Amino acid sequence: MQEYFLLFIAAIFVNNIVLAQYLGNCPFIGTSKKTGVALGMGSAVVFVVTMSTAFTWLVQKYVLDPLDLGYLQTLTFILVIAALVQFVEMFLKKMVPPLYQSLGIFLPLITTNCAVMGIAIICQRKEYDFVTSILFALFSGLGFMLALVVLASIREKLEVTRMPRSIRGVPAGLIMAGIMSLAFFAFQGMIA
Amino acid sequence: MILSSILVLFGLGLVAAAVLAVASRVLYVKEDPRVVAVESALPGANCGGCGYPGCAGAAQAVVSGKAGADVCVAGGAETAQAVAEIMGLEVGAMEPKSACRDCTGGERADELYLYEGASSCRAQAMLYGGAKACSSGCLGLGSCVEVCPFNAIHMGPHGLPIIDPEECRACGKCVAVCPRGVISIEGMSSRLLHLNQTSDCLAPCRQKCPGQINIPRYIRQVREGDYDGAVMTIKERNPLLLVCGRVCPRPCETVCRRGAVDEPVAINMLKRFVADHEMASGRHLPVPVLPDTGRKIAIVGGGPAGLSCAYFLRRLGHHPTIYDSMPALGGQLRYGIPEYRLPKKVLDWEIQGILSLGVNVVLNTKFGVDFTLESLREEGFEAFFVGIGAWQCGNLRAEGEDAEGVMGGIEFLTAQALGEKLDIGKKVIVVGGGNTAIDAARTSVRLGADVTLMYRRTRAEMPANPEEIAGAEEEGVKYMFLSTPTKVITNEQGRVAQMEYLRMELGEPDASGRRRPVPIEGSESRIDVDFIIPAIGQNPDISCLYDDNNVCHLDTTRWQTINADPVTLQTAIPDVFTGGDVHTGPNLVISAIGEGRRAARSIHHYLTQGDIHVPADVQRELIAHTLFKTVENVAPKDRADMPHLCHGKERTCTFNEVEGVLTEQEALAEATRCLDCGLVCYNRDVNPEVALDQVRRGR
Repeated sequence: MQEYFLLFIAAIFVNNIVLAQYLGNCPFIGTSKKTGVALGMGSAVVFVVTMSTAFTWLVQKYVLDPLDLGYLQTLTFILVIAALVQFVEMFLKKMVPPLYQSLGIFLPLITTNCAVMGIAIICQRKEYDFVTSILFALFSGLGFMLALVVLASIREKLEVTRMPRSIRGVPAGLIMAGIMSLAFFAFQGMIA
Repeated sequence: MILSSILVLFGLGLVAAAVLAVASRVLYVKEDPRVVAVESALPGANCGGCGYPGCAGAAQAVVSGKAGADVCVAGGAETAQAVAEIMGLEVGAMEPKSACRDCTGGERADELYLYEGASSCRAQAMLYGGAKACSSGCLGLGSCVEVCPFNAIHMGPHGLPIIDPEECRACGKCVAVCPRGVISIEGMSSRLLHLNQTSDCLAPCRQKCPGQINIPRYIRQVREGDYDGAVMTIKERNPLLLVCGRVCPRPCETVCRRGAVDEPVAINMLKRFVADHEMASGRHLPVPVLPDTGRKIAIVGGGPAGLSCAYFLRRLGHHPTIYDSMPALGGQLRYGIPEYRLPKKVLDWEIQGILSLGVNVVLNTKFGVDFTLESLREEGFEAFFVGIGAWQCGNLRAEGEDAEGVMGGIEFLTAQALGEKLDIGKKVIVVGGGNTAIDAARTSVRLGADVTLMYRRTRAEMPANPEEIAGAEEEGVKYMFLSTPTKVITNEQGRVAQMEYLRMELGEPDASGRRRPVPIEGSESRIDVDFIIPAIGQNPDISCLYDDNNVCHLDTTRWQTINADPVTLQTAIPDVFTGGDVHTGPNLVISAIGEGRRAARSIHHYLTQGDIHVPADVQRELIAHTLFKTVENVAPKDRADMPHLCHGKERTCTFNEVEGVLTEQEALAEATRCLDCGLVCYNRDVNPEVALDQVRRGR
């Protein structure tokens, strides 16, 4: 149990997927203009990253390892994640239209999200077992969502602040993301 | 090694492809292919101006029938045409619309406090409603500039947003973001249909004008040399600007803020200046007209109210037909106002400008005799406007008033206008103090008579224009005040020979505060006279409204006027509207024109929507807090003098026009006297205190 709590702290704060490891910065800047949109995107990422980590773990365990094809990891993971996201989109559209209405717009953005890919590969490098991998993915997704919502709130405040025109928009977002990253470095050292 | 790699990748790919293929068949959601086609026809700006969540939402709404083919306000007519082809629809031409800013205050407006918070109009509005003292004033922090997706708005030099009509796509985002309601989406129709509201930026002159003309705007256009623009501004509310430029008594000048400094701005002289400028060019400015609606409206009466109603209905796309009982249009403008005030060719030119838009005319036809409401309905008319004016003369109320040689004022002026040869002898007495009496007196002078005007009160109480009273005196008209006729004495042939009258004196004030004239006993006198013209009020003649059974279906009042809703002008019969003197009793020309426009507005709403929408905050009287007794920091400037075209004998022996028009230099100088007022703000001359304050604020 304590091991999972440490995993929780590490995934969300110490090794935040976007602020500490700088993965998934494209949707991080692109969908953080409104808090509502950020929440939707974050929820979709949590869902997809958890599912994709589970599937990629299984593929690695039962397909690549027995055949000694570790060097195909990247290609295989891309294929699996893309197919999975597409399947999920179709499934939601057919079975759960309300959820599709609210999250469906974000699914195509996640197909090429390097955060999803990165989390899957990190699990392999750290040789987590199946349950630990799923929990790590879930916590990392929550970390992504936290960073997204916080940045969206800050950018909403910046929207009504007097600022030089050349800094408005994406430049200000990048500056705020950098400052947030520096702030999250305070968590370094909590876990050896 | 390579073989196993290829096999694994292809295997996984095949498995994924198979799963997706099965899923795409099992999980297929049927979607209308037209949605995709319509969505591709839309511009894809996703501005949300149509009210749906982006172009995809709009496409869904079009296919499901919730929205028309013209759903896209950003794409305009081209997009509507493309969508209509996909849907198999026919699309009408969209009216061009643009965002418009109503407030003219900017940094001229007083501020309640010095705001140093977030640069957002909405944020400032949360603090006591905003820094501007005026509740409708623009806060000037540029939220509308921020939200505009087409870059059509930028902040001007005076703290007001400037909207580029070419770039504006009327998506409505700036309207939604403005916390003070300063910006609205307007097209030509909304400007024609607009009623003054207390939330508008109304200068006192705009509040007072019965025609609701945007006076500060056209004076600003005169100042900038845009005379055609000034004409178009006036024509949005008043199609008879040549007429009003000559005969209007100018109620707007009575509330002009410049009047608190020196003298009011010569608002009407400027109107006449731009109107004569248009007439001197020899061609009518092209007036935009909305696409045809195919609806026919009958207008009974071709006076100022009927002409105004026809003009605005035509501009809104309808097909009005004017029925008049006289041989020419104009009503009291032609027959009740003499040539030296309003030349017939000027009136003809202006009426021609209205008719050339596509208005039909039927003359020499009497309502109730040659046609009725029922016969017009059978011809396909869907609505009716009754503007038959007030043609009946008031009685002299003296013994022997039916004698030969006694002729009512309106009768006299009408006969003169129709070219009848009148024998008025050498001595003429006109009874009454209104504009009609003055007109009759000055007309009699031009016919060679020795004229005396008799009025029962004093000069100060005469309802006529002061300039008219002075003009008549200059032309030789003598005044007898505090006198009232009591008896007409005839000679052996039954013709008027003398008139007996009583002297009056002003008694105690009555309930309205006016002192009532009281006869002086024993003061009877006689005066030799050849012709008597009573000009004591006018009344509508509504006998034509009664049918064969002597029943009138319209509600009437005891003053012989038609009763109607004061705002919508709808009568007891839903499709019959009224306006002008037959509704208000005798009144100003500009009041009749204003009522004609409001009736056209009601008819338009009635025909297109079924009910007539009236804004909750319609302005009905002057707004008290906008009427200033003193005006600060304004230097006096001389007012322009009205030039005269005729002098001496030429003036009193001919019917040539008497009053002239300003020169261009005089007009520009007069336009700069305008303070460009808003609800509570106006132009001030800069003084050291104000300049220091502006420096302190960093402006």
